[in-house]
Amino acid sequence: MSGRVLVGVKRVIDYAVKIRVKPDNSGVVTDGVKHSMNPFCEIAVEEAVKMKEKKLIKEVVAVSCGPQQAQETIRTALAMGADRGIHVEVSGKDFDLLGPLQVSKIMAALAKKEDAQLIILGKQAIDGDCNQTGQMTAALLDWPQGTFASEVSLEGDKVKVVREIDGGLETIRINTPAVLTADLRLNTPRYATLPNIMKAKKKKIEKVKPADLGLDMTSRLEVLRVDEPPQRLAGVKVETVADLVAKLRETGRL
Amino acid sequence: QSTLVVAEHNNEKLTPITLNAITAASKLGGDVTCLVAGTNCAQVVEQISKVQGVKKVLVAQHDSYKGSLPEELTPLILETQKQFNFTHICAGASAFGKNLLPRVAAKLDVAPISDITEIKSPDTFVRTIYAGNALSTVKCNESVKIFTVRGTSFEAAETEGGSATCEEVAASSPAGVSEWLEQSLSKSDRPDLTSAKVVVSGGRGLKSGENFKLLYDLAEKMNAAVGASRAAVDAGYVPNDMQVGQTGKIVAPELYIAVGISGAIQHLAGMKDSKTIVAINKDPEAPIFQVADYGLVADLFKAVPEMTKALDQ
Repeated sequence: MSGRVLVGVKRVIDYAVKIRVKPDNSGVVTDGVKHSMNPFCEIAVEEAVKMKEKKLIKEVVAVSCGPQQAQETIRTALAMGADRGIHVEVSGKDFDLLGPLQVSKIMAALAKKEDAQLIILGKQAIDGDCNQTGQMTAALLDWPQGTFASEVSLEGDKVKVVREIDGGLETIRINTPAVLTADLRLNTPRYATLPNIMKAKKKKIEKVKPADLGLDMTSRLEVLRVDEPPQRLAGVKVETVADLVAKLRETGRL
Repeated sequence: QSTLVVAEHNNEKLTPITLNAITAASKLGGDVTCLVAGTNCAQVVEQISKVQGVKKVLVAQHDSYKGSLPEELTPLILETQKQFNFTHICAGASAFGKNLLPRVAAKLDVAPISDITEIKSPDTFVRTIYAGNALSTVKCNESVKIFTVRGTSFEAAETEGGSATCEEVAASSPAGVSEWLEQSLSKSDRPDLTSAKVVVSGGRGLKSGENFKLLYDLAEKMNAAVGASRAAVDAGYVPNDMQVGQTGKIVAPELYIAVGISGAIQHLAGMKDSKTIVAINKDPEAPIFQVADYGLVADLFKAVPEMTKALDQ
């Protein structure tokens, strides 16, 4: 395989930020909150860049869907080593309704347009926690999928994927073109160095709109409300192991 | 109104989370049908036909279903859907369900709903977002509702007393684009993490993989499963399948004992629905104490062996 890899990168609230639900229960507070690239997307970018460094592929194209700020996330991917970017402009109400199904349609359309041989995505984004986009992109393209990957090796025109499953690991071999989704242990993403951040500023980001790709972004999901999860009441401190065991026995937990 | 539950199994045994998915399906009202697709799954069919709430079991057997590859199972589910027109299709939110159902959904041009924790009505579901830091109530206006079910949020259906009818369905023709090679499952005599009544988990405070033996000894006294925080997994102390947390397993046992775990949000998301939480940590400021019913500020290397001993008495 010696082709082009598309990598999806999503801008999300930074993993270290404490999430606050809006008082009107319409969503979570995003204004004035630090955003970063979804950690699983960083792993996806790293994997693609490593493939390019090993000369297994020719080009890494980073794609992000969203308003203007999505370009910051693309720049991060470019600084990590992606060759160019595609910013799919989605804003306003369309952005509010943008879900994994719509993003999958965008990724599938771009994969065809760019003649990609591989799409690498994070297994899930840490905002919606849906874990769907890779699987759905593969479905729309009728490509096989190697999800929750912890090890990926290209073998001619096939890919061997070690997957994280509930009881351990599983190994599959899939044809290309294919979609892969990155799990945590696939690699450790690099930090973008200052020279590479400077270089990334010169790399090209193409802008497209879903309509240019002939896509309808209708969503049939409605978020009715977003709530704070029920808080657990802090319990009591016990002084000794004997106290602890006694308390657990009293309450019938032991 | 009718629901298809895609059964997860290994051709010998039904995976427990399927029972939780069956309960969720029963809550929707209407008939519950289960699809068992495998290479040689008569035993599983027998088990699932006795599960309470299941009306019908559809059985598809073919060599191509080895390893439950989504490329092979999706065409089968699509054919089944064409024939029976279910209003809902669901499965457990396990690696199996998460891998498969979005693929089915995209083929039907339907937005699926992942990992639901509550059913408000046949078209309205609750799920967690932001690693459990917010709950989202979602109304689904799709003609077919497709979702995966968080096992810890729904009771397991009774495995006796049901009497479902069985029906063979024709196997789909093999897609042949993927191949299942092997599985390496961690072997353990301890109970399974997601179904154990007691879970003992260790974090970075354990300092090494060898020290997890302290937890195994304690777990043995309580017939408990042993889990770990992401920090302990990342440090290489234990394998990833022991990870409890948003990116690992979600557990909700009757008793959860967190040992040397600080309590990152990520970890809390995976265990805060446990009925009773115990935290043992030498740092009194550790966030884990904010969710613990019983907190013990102590050196785990002393407290854990002491507790193991105390349980003998």
